[in-house]
Amino acid sequence: MARWLRRKPKEPEFDTTEGAPKEFVSRSQGEMIWRAFKRHRVGNVGTALILLFIFLAVFAEFIGPYSYGKQYRNYPYSPPSTVHFRDEDGSLSRPYIYRTERTLDRTTYKVTYVEDTSKKYYVRFFVRGEAEYTLFGFIPTNVHLFGAHAEDGSIAQLFLLGTDHLGRDLFSRCLIGSWVSLSVGPLVILCVFPIGIVLGGLSGYYGGGIDMFIQRACEVMLAIPALPILMAMGAALRGFGLSAGMVFLGMIVAFAITAWGGFARVIRGQVLAIREMDFVTSARAAGASDMRVIIRHITPNVTSYLIVNATLTIPGMMLTEAALSFLGYGIQEPMTSWGALLNAATNVGAIEQHPWILIPGVFIVVSVLAFNFMGDAVRDAVDPYSII
Amino acid sequence: MLTYIIRRTLYMIPLLLVVSLISFSLIKLMPGDYLTTARMNPQITEETLNQQIARYGLDRPFIVQYWFWLKNVVQGDFGTSFDTRMPVFKTLFFGSRLMWTVIIATTTLVLTWIIAIPIGIYSATHQYKPSDHVVTFFGFLGLSIPNFFFALVLLWLLVVIFRVGDYGLGVGGLLDTRYFDAPMSLAKIGNYLWHLWPIWVVIGTGGMAGLIRLMRGNLLDTLTLPYVQTARSKGLKERVVIYKHAVRNAINPLVTVLGLSLPGLVGGSVITAIVLNIPTVGRAYFAALQRQDEPVIMGGLLFFSLFLLIGNVIADFLLAWVDPRIRYD
Repeated sequence: MARWLRRKPKEPEFDTTEGAPKEFVSRSQGEMIWRAFKRHRVGNVGTALILLFIFLAVFAEFIGPYSYGKQYRNYPYSPPSTVHFRDEDGSLSRPYIYRTERTLDRTTYKVTYVEDTSKKYYVRFFVRGEAEYTLFGFIPTNVHLFGAHAEDGSIAQLFLLGTDHLGRDLFSRCLIGSWVSLSVGPLVILCVFPIGIVLGGLSGYYGGGIDMFIQRACEVMLAIPALPILMAMGAALRGFGLSAGMVFLGMIVAFAITAWGGFARVIRGQVLAIREMDFVTSARAAGASDMRVIIRHITPNVTSYLIVNATLTIPGMMLTEAALSFLGYGIQEPMTSWGALLNAATNVGAIEQHPWILIPGVFIVVSVLAFNFMGDAVRDAVDPYSII
Repeated sequence: MLTYIIRRTLYMIPLLLVVSLISFSLIKLMPGDYLTTARMNPQITEETLNQQIARYGLDRPFIVQYWFWLKNVVQGDFGTSFDTRMPVFKTLFFGSRLMWTVIIATTTLVLTWIIAIPIGIYSATHQYKPSDHVVTFFGFLGLSIPNFFFALVLLWLLVVIFRVGDYGLGVGGLLDTRYFDAPMSLAKIGNYLWHLWPIWVVIGTGGMAGLIRLMRGNLLDTLTLPYVQTARSKGLKERVVIYKHAVRNAINPLVTVLGLSLPGLVGGSVITAIVLNIPTVGRAYFAALQRQDEPVIMGGLLFFSLFLLIGNVIADFLLAWVDPRIRYD
């Protein structure tokens, strides 16, 4: 067979060492999927990155040194703090920063932050900060991963990624923004799956009038352009003056409304095909009820599709959320997301003077890339016929 | 085939009706309406206001209002923009917005296909080689960058890092100001192209990644089929096997994608057009949304929906055209 068709080397199915008894090992489907998943190196990197992002999100308030809403009015659009690793004489030192002073050039009206090199503020770990929070929702504390203290105990503001126009720490805000950005995909899936499975399942299994009705509904949903309608829904949501949490919930519902149609369609197709298979006929002949056939015989055959679909839909949802929030039709203040943070970067002038406000975009790209890689690995692993 | 297309086209009418009802309810759901702002505007007399109310039935219950709207639409009147005082579609298509929307969508589509298909074939015939990995990685990267962020980064790179302004070139919009009134010339066309390429790059990359993956996957699938093996065992050249036998069949499923991606390009270009300041229908829709210009929002949603449905019909038609095995009755 030609070279390009050769599969990636598999782990041997049995022990190949000299003299070992050649015994075949039986593996369950789950084990085989897991083994195939582990072979996909890029997918593993993606999964590791996602776990890292989840870790950052869970400990967001601990890792971020400041509260996401706290405005340091003396530091609007402060550039990222320069962390020094070398002393004045050039020898290696503990990392430290200088306090910065906002200065206005009287002739050009250009704002610059000048370092005051009289006192060093050393970066310390596990410090008590100003921002109080409750870890895991029930441990009240104010310990943060890092902070900058001078020898005499005075504190300097350490803005790892700079600040926004109100002097809010971008690093802390990026971490908090990950709550919305990362959870939107899974939550939408959680809403869409039950709707899609029930409607698609009914439609495919029973056919006839129900099928007719559900399919017409799906067609209508598919005829509505997703992004424009989501923008309109976002505008409607924004107008009600709801709390940030309610707006988030509303967004999830809006996403689910636009997404269920296509999903129910594919499920119907799958159920339609499986319904005609011999094992379903034999299950019926053996006297199984409709409910039992659907749950015990048909659903397991759709699961692999569901898993693949879930992992591949999430990145798309994340991108849509980012775009909507960027336009101002997504998540609302005081809550934020990576897309909403980029809202500050709408014109070239702002980007030219404060290029660090583009940094949240890097979070979006890396996390979406990670989800895409993982999705690719899951698809390859779950599909038993795949040669890709 | 012809009857199938006619049937599909006629079927769009009830679909658009339901879509219009849904859009209408959504717009009416938005808190506050045009009347609240109009009442505060001293330039609008009580008389014109009453006229508007009578025309659109704005003081009636929701379903009556929809009925008024529908009655006007059937007579070819989609309403007047609250903001520009022009008919809805004149507002949406103002200038040559419709033309630019279609031009951008189609040129992007053609360019992505011209680039993505050969890359997909290359990637499939060099499976698991370093070059395949590189192509796949960049494909995924293109898929993972939000359009608006990519547009912002491009703006930043061109304006701040490469300082194209120093060479008299602007970024964003369709033309530099000095060409606005200039007669059509080679330099003007060049300026158009200069302003178009960031749009092509930004909108194109997302779709391209999907196409490359699809082409690669399809070709790899096709290459395992027995007829390809037969072709090889006949002693045909590898080039002939791939391009004459395999690629032709592998490309069929992609044709469906062609029609389906057309509305995606129109919708997907909305945000890019906003960031790069391109006069498209999407941007007019965005502006209407910000001013709560209800008739124009309605018109915009219907326009996008129509585009989507036409794309679907084109997809079916193309598939039937390239693959004679498919029968429609």
